[in-house]
Amino acid sequence: MIPAPFDYVRAGSVDEAISLLGSNEDAKLLAGGHSLVPAMKLRIARPSTLVDIGRLADLSYVREDGDRIAIGALTRHHDVANAEALQQGCPIVAHAAAQIGDPQVRHMGTIGGSVAHGDPAGDLPTVLLALDAEFVAQGAGGTRTIAAGEFFTSLFETALASDEVLTEIRVPKATAGWSFMKFQRRAQDWAIVGVSAVRSNGGVRVGLTNMGLTPLRASGVEEAVGGGADPATAAERADEGTAPPDDAFGSAEYRRELAKVLVRRALEEAMA
Amino acid sequence: MATTEKLVGQAVLRKEDPEFLTGSARYTDDLSVPGMLWMGVVRSPYAHARIKSVDVSEATSMDGVVAAFSGADFDWAGPLLMAWPVTEGLHNPLHYPLVTDKARYQGDGVGVVVATSRAIAEDAVEVVKVDYEPLPAVVNMHEALSDDSAFVHDEFGTNESYTWANVQGDVDTVFADAPVVVKEHYKVHRLIANAMEPRSILVQPNPASEQYTMWSSTQIPHILRTAMAIATGIPESKLRIVAPRVGGGFGSKLQVYPEEALALELARRLRAPIKWTESRSEGYLATHHGRDQVQDVEIAAQDDGKILGYRVKIHANMGAYLMVIAPGTPVLGGFLFCGCYEGLAYKTEIVGVFTNTTPVDAYRGAGRPEATQAIERAIDALARRVGKDVVEIRRMNFMPPFTQATQSIGGLMIDSGDYPATLDRALELFDYEQFRKEQQARRDSGDSKQLGVGFSTYLENCGWGPSRVIGGILKYAGGGWEAATVRCHPTGKVVAVIGNTPHGQGNETTFAQVVADDLGVPLEDVEVLFGDTDVAPSGWDTYGSRSAAVGMPALHRATSRIVEKARKIAAHELEVADSDLKYENGTFSVRGAPSVTRTIPQIAFSAWRGHDLPEGVEPGLEESAFFDPENLVFPFGAHICTVEVDTETGEVDVTKYVAVDDVGPVVNPMIVEGQVVGGVAQGIGEALFEEAVYDENGQLLSSSMTNYAVPSATEIPSFVTGNHVTPSTTNDMGIKGVGETGTIASPPAVLNAVVDALSHLGVTEIPRPATPENVWRTIQRAGKGGSA
Repeated sequence: MIPAPFDYVRAGSVDEAISLLGSNEDAKLLAGGHSLVPAMKLRIARPSTLVDIGRLADLSYVREDGDRIAIGALTRHHDVANAEALQQGCPIVAHAAAQIGDPQVRHMGTIGGSVAHGDPAGDLPTVLLALDAEFVAQGAGGTRTIAAGEFFTSLFETALASDEVLTEIRVPKATAGWSFMKFQRRAQDWAIVGVSAVRSNGGVRVGLTNMGLTPLRASGVEEAVGGGADPATAAERADEGTAPPDDAFGSAEYRRELAKVLVRRALEEAMA
Repeated sequence: MATTEKLVGQAVLRKEDPEFLTGSARYTDDLSVPGMLWMGVVRSPYAHARIKSVDVSEATSMDGVVAAFSGADFDWAGPLLMAWPVTEGLHNPLHYPLVTDKARYQGDGVGVVVATSRAIAEDAVEVVKVDYEPLPAVVNMHEALSDDSAFVHDEFGTNESYTWANVQGDVDTVFADAPVVVKEHYKVHRLIANAMEPRSILVQPNPASEQYTMWSSTQIPHILRTAMAIATGIPESKLRIVAPRVGGGFGSKLQVYPEEALALELARRLRAPIKWTESRSEGYLATHHGRDQVQDVEIAAQDDGKILGYRVKIHANMGAYLMVIAPGTPVLGGFLFCGCYEGLAYKTEIVGVFTNTTPVDAYRGAGRPEATQAIERAIDALARRVGKDVVEIRRMNFMPPFTQATQSIGGLMIDSGDYPATLDRALELFDYEQFRKEQQARRDSGDSKQLGVGFSTYLENCGWGPSRVIGGILKYAGGGWEAATVRCHPTGKVVAVIGNTPHGQGNETTFAQVVADDLGVPLEDVEVLFGDTDVAPSGWDTYGSRSAAVGMPALHRATSRIVEKARKIAAHELEVADSDLKYENGTFSVRGAPSVTRTIPQIAFSAWRGHDLPEGVEPGLEESAFFDPENLVFPFGAHICTVEVDTETGEVDVTKYVAVDDVGPVVNPMIVEGQVVGGVAQGIGEALFEEAVYDENGQLLSSSMTNYAVPSATEIPSFVTGNHVTPSTTNDMGIKGVGETGTIASPPAVLNAVVDALSHLGVTEIPRPATPENVWRTIQRAGKGGSA
């Protein structure tokens, strides 16, 4: 109920946050806090120091940038869901953000926090993977851009270094067909299995939620669709290369079957 | 001013709501007193482990830690109360607030710390070093009763606590001769109540006078006072227990908890106020669970489906200890495995079993939902067996309507009943024929989403209870009467003190409606007080749908005594004989001279001053009454649920829900509807979402609200409710109970609907809860030729 003792510092800038992360072992960034704080209350997470970046207002924005849309890492889910640039230019992101948790969570949780947490059950990481999004990270040595396909490395682990701050997410405009399927028992739950499908250049990119240690691309499905397979046939390959968890929310066997059903439905919707 | 329009029967808004809606209600955790210390409980991480040593030295050396103790540091005056030894030879382990020999469930208390803040207390709990020797955990009942099982309580040499039986008629002969015998095996899974407010305790000692005040988030301050006196030896006369605003209980706060005794004992020992509030995940381990039965159900019938007999064997999981009414909880359903149906013979045998799991006790409905699930699922199985429709099979087996108490085959003397009437009313609200057509169309088209309908025509027993009966044949240690005091203040305002302890039921409104009508005063002039043993010294609190059925008649008796006394004073003042006065809507008027009157407030003023009272009449206008019913009350009704099942994913969507309940005359239809809707929502949670799951080592896997799925409003359908009134013959007001009907009636209606949706695939049973994966697996198995 009450976290183990920790220090708390509010960063006034990204640079200050980077320097605080570098100088405190086991320090963690605090943005919306909706993943980190519950883990701390259960004493599963015991950071030495929280570096609060929640008030860095200059990291909260959604703006068009040529053929891409740039989203500040501290943009709250509610603001992502309601950003006109996304609703018009990349509706799957706005739609998925509106399905996260409940209104309270969406008003606090941030897109950057959701991505940097690296939870394979999260909604947005899979969407961003299917979109081939780019993540901008800033560290002591400067700024670099990481492709979504390179970003999620393992369970709750990402390509971010311990003293790097995720500052921006860039998504391509994607207004052709898309589908976001989230299978959960209750509206506010994490997906037992989720599917994001985005059409592009005659093909389709498909992301899977909660089917392995990281968000995954369903490359077998993408290949089958590229080869002209119909949705039902292509969806049979939905669990290829996956390693779904076997837990209280669903067995691995059930998740494999759900993935096939949901991918078929997502393809039918995205390709319609 | 006397009112003329009766309030009883009207949907008046709840008097208590402004306090809740504005956030000004104060719950136990909102309270703090100067010098208050926080308690933290050291809990066993193992389900079963011998305690070799407990070392609190590191904890006591921490800044802010005042004291830390192991179980061995306490010498209790008595054990925690277990009030319901259902059989003579029942095995009842002595249960103390902290264990000293071995931990018997994950969460069992082995030590306690006291610190100046909650945060320090939680830090200190982490550094108490306990040397455990893990033992094999006994997790399920089948394993617990096998020959090579470890024992939860070594002293008994068995994990069986008791076997209780209710036999009516010659069961074996009826079954031997019956042309049809249906045998079913069901598992009623384990639940966690999840009251919105977690448990919380504050004890304030007065060391000089040795008096103690305990605020606790409890349903039972009166029973708790007695239980605390037994455990600590502090006399009841020096104990005041207050249940301030309590945010729901559902039976989980009908309990005498280790933490309550610990906080009281620590307040005495440390001469300081002690506070404790559970976290949600702590509560999942340390607050009692509900349900958890394995049921073998047999129905004997004629070829046409007319039922001849019932034979039921129940294994009921008690968990690690017998909590306050745990052995009796399944027994509350032990007369109801025949539902509202006829028969020639009946037998229910209940075996209470110890396991290394959190103790199990009452959860909304307590025993009756389990029995109702058994009979309402089994009668569908009988319908399938004899080729009858599920509505027809019910109709042909209903007890015929009756208005005077009538014996059921289960052995109950039922107050009144009209079972066909509630089914008829429900079918008026639901087009059954049309639904069957739509269902057939879906089947014919091979749609992946299939439709199903389920019925539950339930009967229950509640209004706990007639003291002589519950203390006699049922062997309950306590009583079941209620008490009320009505006090008329000189300005005409009225205070009603009641022995019930509402925690969400709306008694401040409904009881005030009765007083306002009886005494002819406006609703806003009536205050209802409760939940504090110094304010309301007598009563048996709130559970078992008893407030309106037992408490309200007590209150009505007290107001009648007020009227009797006021009549004497009014007659004296008006210089007429008592019999010359007519009493109506709070006003006495002289027959033949209707303008010559006295109102209750006027008499209250006269009685307060005492200047001119009739000979032998004492001053004051205050009366008390007790009411002990002769019998229980027996609500019934018909619920209909429809579902759409996604046969590819197993997802179940409840599409329509019709509930028709007969709870006797309704005091406040809005509050009754709220009870029904809330209860049905909880029952849908039971049928489709919620389950407390242990692994084979006795670790609770559903350890938080993330993985114990209480449904939210989004998952609950809209409801159609209807009512029907058959007055109870148990009390003068005709009232039956409504607090538990929803959770009793609804789970089988939902489960029957799910099975019905898949019946064309050969499905006859669904593991509970009917989660998407359980439904999907059932469909997979059916597809492979074997039904579940």
